[in-house]
Amino acid sequence: MSISIARALWTYRGFILGSVKREFQSRYRNSLLGAAWTVLQPLAMITVYTVVFSELMRTRLAGMDGPYAYSVYLCAGLLTWGLFGEILQRGQTVFLDNGNMIKKLNFPRICLPAITVINALVNFSITFSIFLVFLLLTHSFPGWVFLYALPVLLVQVAFATGLGIIAGVLNVFFRDVGQFVNILLQFWFWFTPIVYSTATLPKSVQPLIKLNPMTPLANAYQGIFVYRQEPDWHAVWPVAVLGAGLCLIALLLFRRRAGEIVDEL
Amino acid sequence: MGDIRVDGLGKAYKQYAGQWSRLAEWIMPVGKPRHIEHWVLKDISFHLKEGEAVGIVGSNGAGKSTLLKMLAGTVRPSCGEITIRGRVAAMLELGMGFHPDFTGRQNAVMGGQLLGLSVEEIMQLMPEIEAFAEIGEYIDRPVRTYSSGMQMRLAFSVATAQRPDVLIVDEALSVGDSYFQHKSFERIRTFRQAGTTLLIVSHDRYAIQTVCDHAILMEAGRIRMQGLPVEVLDYYNAMMAERDHQAIRQMPLGDGRVATISGTGEAYIVDVQLVDGNGRLAGNVEVGQPVRLLATVRAREAIPRMVLGFMITDRLGHCIYGINTHRLDQPLEDLQPGEEATYCFSFPARLGKGSYSVSLSLSREDSHIDKNYEWRDNALMFHVVNTRQENFVGCSWLDASVEITRHPRSG
Repeated sequence: MSISIARALWTYRGFILGSVKREFQSRYRNSLLGAAWTVLQPLAMITVYTVVFSELMRTRLAGMDGPYAYSVYLCAGLLTWGLFGEILQRGQTVFLDNGNMIKKLNFPRICLPAITVINALVNFSITFSIFLVFLLLTHSFPGWVFLYALPVLLVQVAFATGLGIIAGVLNVFFRDVGQFVNILLQFWFWFTPIVYSTATLPKSVQPLIKLNPMTPLANAYQGIFVYRQEPDWHAVWPVAVLGAGLCLIALLLFRRRAGEIVDEL
Repeated sequence: MGDIRVDGLGKAYKQYAGQWSRLAEWIMPVGKPRHIEHWVLKDISFHLKEGEAVGIVGSNGAGKSTLLKMLAGTVRPSCGEITIRGRVAAMLELGMGFHPDFTGRQNAVMGGQLLGLSVEEIMQLMPEIEAFAEIGEYIDRPVRTYSSGMQMRLAFSVATAQRPDVLIVDEALSVGDSYFQHKSFERIRTFRQAGTTLLIVSHDRYAIQTVCDHAILMEAGRIRMQGLPVEVLDYYNAMMAERDHQAIRQMPLGDGRVATISGTGEAYIVDVQLVDGNGRLAGNVEVGQPVRLLATVRAREAIPRMVLGFMITDRLGHCIYGINTHRLDQPLEDLQPGEEATYCFSFPARLGKGSYSVSLSLSREDSHIDKNYEWRDNALMFHVVNTRQENFVGCSWLDASVEITRHPRSG
């Protein structure tokens, strides 16, 4: 099964990459600054967080004195959460949004989530590069420890993709799923130590937060970029297994319902 | 390449009482199904060889589009099998699934990629696509600014940029203007000659008759009839003209053709003859010879208004000439039950050689769509021979003369 899917993706790689490119181009088609907006947006976000939290509110992380420590902590969690959120949110509407194409053209439908994921990765890599430039400029770059972020990202993308495809297929049949995912994402965001750190929470809540699969991932990024530490792989492992499991379920569900999706659109 | 084999094909849509019963069925894998199967297509079987062209006709909701979608591969069959050898290009409804925010060029590239072409191949074909679509500078504007005709032009140009082994066209051609329709039919015809298997859905009788060598009539999800386009279309026409529920009769004629009779039956054609100038029956007619078409009609019931029309069609079913007593300003009014009327149409047979058939219609108004007392296809057959006039080609004798002036080179 996975071989046939891989082959379909390979055969249609031209279409997938072309679609990613076209989507990127069309987003800024009628704008004067064009692709500059892709850079300006994360830049604005980083600036706002730095100015508000580091300069105005003087928020400091326990044990870290650098003026930018908290804003680095915040960005490490926020930017990667953004990738997770984008894959999940776009994934859940991917079949509905492309209904027109699905009904009229015959191509491997699995290309559509692939386009969504690659698109999100492109956006993320732009945002993340800005973040890296910011780290270099503020002399907060963690050095080679930063490469540890790559396997963590892989785990996160797998987790998000699995969830996204499951939500995408279910959403075709039960539109409630789309609404539910949007609400869920809000709770999930605040249930993940992104804006705060787990240590600041009451002792009774801490074990609960640790059950959240996004917690080890967020902690890993924060560890890498703020404390220059290797991630706690023991905590990341279960998420990797969960992500792989979700991807498998997603593919099975997708295979089983792919035909019905067209009938339902 | 281009073979199509369809065996016992069927499509059912699942209908649930509500979202909750769907959820229940999904969650509980065992237990009775909670949906009703709604069959929109059943028992469809046919076989097309390479280079054959089939037209599919039928009223709305007969299942034509669903059938084409399954052949194109977008809709999955519920049962049965489809075997297609070769590359399939399909135009289902409008626009080929264009993305409204992308430009025409981007969409053309995307469409080409989905047809299995590489970017280099598409780039090579692009000038040809642009030239054929004739949408000018719109090619670089977003597709949402296109008219439906322009979308269709582009879609057709992309789908047919390279000759596919199988071409599937669903009504799309009816959107374009007559110029583009003509152009696209030319292209379809060229493809056919080169060996492309063709499947089209169209309400355009002419299109099906000129392009197809086979037709399928679909009704309520099943194949009602398969055969020569002329016969199938006659039957379909008769079916459409009366939703007044009476039987349609088809009688085989001596030469393998079929005569179709339909109508509500308040009046009927008793007899029809074609005679020459001396009143003798004319099976063979000389080019230009004066002939008369005699028809006897009887009313079964009181009829307020009656129009008799006739139409001469050639071997392929193309209409050569048709007229009726409404257009000749002689409708009959207030016929009594049992009353008969004899009609005599006189005309010179200025036709090309070949065989022709005459169809008759008895209706209330100009068109038989409104009220069709009787419609009789292939009521009469005759042959035109040419032993007296110059040996011309074509279907009508225009009796051209020629005057030639020669201009020798001076000096």
